[in-house]
Amino acid sequence: MQPRQGRRPIKVVVAKLGLDGHDRGAKVIARSLRDAGMEVVYTGIFQTPETIVRTVLEEDAEVLGISSLSGAHMEYTTDILDQLRQAGLDDVLVLVGGVIPTADADDLRRLGVGQIFTPGTPTAQVIAFVEAHAPRRDLEP
Amino acid sequence: MANEDGTCKDAAPEALADAEAAWRADQLAADYARIPPRRTEFTTLSGLEIKDVYTPSDVASIDPLADIGLPGVYPFTRGVRASMYRGRPWTIRQVAGFGQAEDTNARYRYLLGHGETGLSTDFDLPTLLGHDSDHQVFSREVGKIGVAIDTVEDAHALFDGIPLDEISTSLTINASAAVLLAMYRVVGDERGIGGDQLTGTIQNDILKEYTAQNEYIFPPDPSVRLVVDSMAYAAEVMPRFNPVSVSGYHIREAGATAPEEVGLTLAAGITYLERARQRGIEPDSVAPRLSFFFDVHNDFLEEIAKLRAARRLWARLTRERLGCRLPASSMLRVHAQTAGVTLTAQQPLNNVARVTVQALAAVLGGAQSLHTNSLDEAFQIPSEEAIKVAVRTQQILLHETGVGDVVDPLGGSYYIERLTSDIEDEARALIERIDDHGGLVEAIKSGYAGQLIANSSWEQQRAIESGERTVVGVNAHVDETSGDPGIAAFKLDPGVLERQLARLHQTRASRSAPRVREALGEVRRLADVEEANLMPAIEEAVRARCTVGEICNELRDAWGEYRPPTTF
Repeated sequence: MQPRQGRRPIKVVVAKLGLDGHDRGAKVIARSLRDAGMEVVYTGIFQTPETIVRTVLEEDAEVLGISSLSGAHMEYTTDILDQLRQAGLDDVLVLVGGVIPTADADDLRRLGVGQIFTPGTPTAQVIAFVEAHAPRRDLEP
Repeated sequence: MANEDGTCKDAAPEALADAEAAWRADQLAADYARIPPRRTEFTTLSGLEIKDVYTPSDVASIDPLADIGLPGVYPFTRGVRASMYRGRPWTIRQVAGFGQAEDTNARYRYLLGHGETGLSTDFDLPTLLGHDSDHQVFSREVGKIGVAIDTVEDAHALFDGIPLDEISTSLTINASAAVLLAMYRVVGDERGIGGDQLTGTIQNDILKEYTAQNEYIFPPDPSVRLVVDSMAYAAEVMPRFNPVSVSGYHIREAGATAPEEVGLTLAAGITYLERARQRGIEPDSVAPRLSFFFDVHNDFLEEIAKLRAARRLWARLTRERLGCRLPASSMLRVHAQTAGVTLTAQQPLNNVARVTVQALAAVLGGAQSLHTNSLDEAFQIPSEEAIKVAVRTQQILLHETGVGDVVDPLGGSYYIERLTSDIEDEARALIERIDDHGGLVEAIKSGYAGQLIANSSWEQQRAIESGERTVVGVNAHVDETSGDPGIAAFKLDPGVLERQLARLHQTRASRSAPRVREALGEVRRLADVEEANLMPAIEEAVRARCTVGEICNELRDAWGEYRPPTTF
């Protein structure tokens, strides 16, 4: 799909949080979103809430995809959402993917996460969700 | 048709070829004319071509003695033991680890109470990556996906009441494995159990961390040195303990094919033995204690052939390439685990069927020990109920199906033997390509090995998404009414971090500061001395109640941290 006139492609930061090195899913998602015409920045592993929010800010991304298979998603995501708010980035669409228990997924949505994607989610579903829900920023005139 | 002495008569190869050609032209063509093949091309999960049927012509180049042979005999295609499970069944070894040491200890007792026969430990990420539980940022991960270990006091609590001289233990840890290996030895020693009585395995396979799992701390070269140090140390002070479990599991889970899993894993085994030899350690003195760890994925027959191929290729590589003479050096003893990546969060009860078939492949492939995944592992640490089903699955295979009553029952199958040879050939070719890149360490640094896996992973994802590969419950037979599957949630005690910090602070307060300083100083000093063995210094640091983080920080100071470029 070609970006509409006057709008830049959706920009996505795909981030690995904390010490978890399982990056297969993050890389597949990054590649899929890029192939769908989005601009994707992959942070690599061992990121902290601070470094992730800084990347979102510096890259002026409207979507942040967090990959977590380490069970620390609640603590870290809470920090990230707080720091995004403090940085005035409330409109960023935050997505979480990985091994997320059902009860935690509900809590994460309540905290403001746009959607949670567990193992086996088709990438097309992720792409469609991002295209439908990403806040669109117009290009600078 | 039989010969006069009752043996089968070999059909003349030409007659067989003629019969097969006629069968293709007549019967097979007629069948396909009525019902066309379901696919234009049949391949294994790894992309190897599958013919309609296999006949003696497909195995004509395979020598029944030199290539297939007998179980317990070089090249061990049919198994590393002559009697296999007719004597000792495979070890039921479920990995467990979460929370504080006491929490995991309770899970061990639960598993042993339900008939588990070996222990296996998962550590939390701070421990795996050499950080203490009071780390400013990473303390959030304490006890989450494994047990938190800071000092040998935690290791004592972990194995409290477990007879370490009777039961073998597997420690799933890599970057900081040297510290945990020393801890295990010190726990035994402080409990009066000699190093020669300790049995088990520590994963300690750092090379696959750079290609697959990403749990590394230091750059590849000093990391491999630490592996060689621990091999030499174990050979001396805990000779029945396996100091390395060369692992294909993570490589496969990260997306590699079966031949790539075999090739990259055996390339790592070769690298450890060659680096040992460069340090003056003869391969025959350490190779018998190398063990291996493979995935068992969904393609049932391919996985059986893979395990057979890995055994044969390892036997040949150790003898031809490394000059090993001891039969034990050439035996690929393998722990197998069902493929976590095949578990689906959708319709999780279906995972029991997947795990059963994968476990059967491990058994028919001749594994020495087996972990069966729990049905809820796509979304949580297994609940007690789920892990019990996983243990029971192995017990049903062992006691009810009869598959362990005959050795290598699929040996001699035209298809299995052809596939075994094809996987061996592909894996050997990959090892040669890695050699062309200057060996595995160089292939890691250049990104060649990692890119290989990423590309295979991408292909598999495409095949699933295009519908080329069916995943039940995911891209076919999807339940739109995704109600509660009725699986008990696993709940981690939220007080874990607090309890762990209390013990850490207490241990720090009660130890001898000068002894700690001296021990850490010696670790730091020897880190710069490449030909020295660091293990005795690490052992002394462990005895002095130094923490995993403190010891690893000395090594970080000497060697730096590894940060590869991020590509996708």
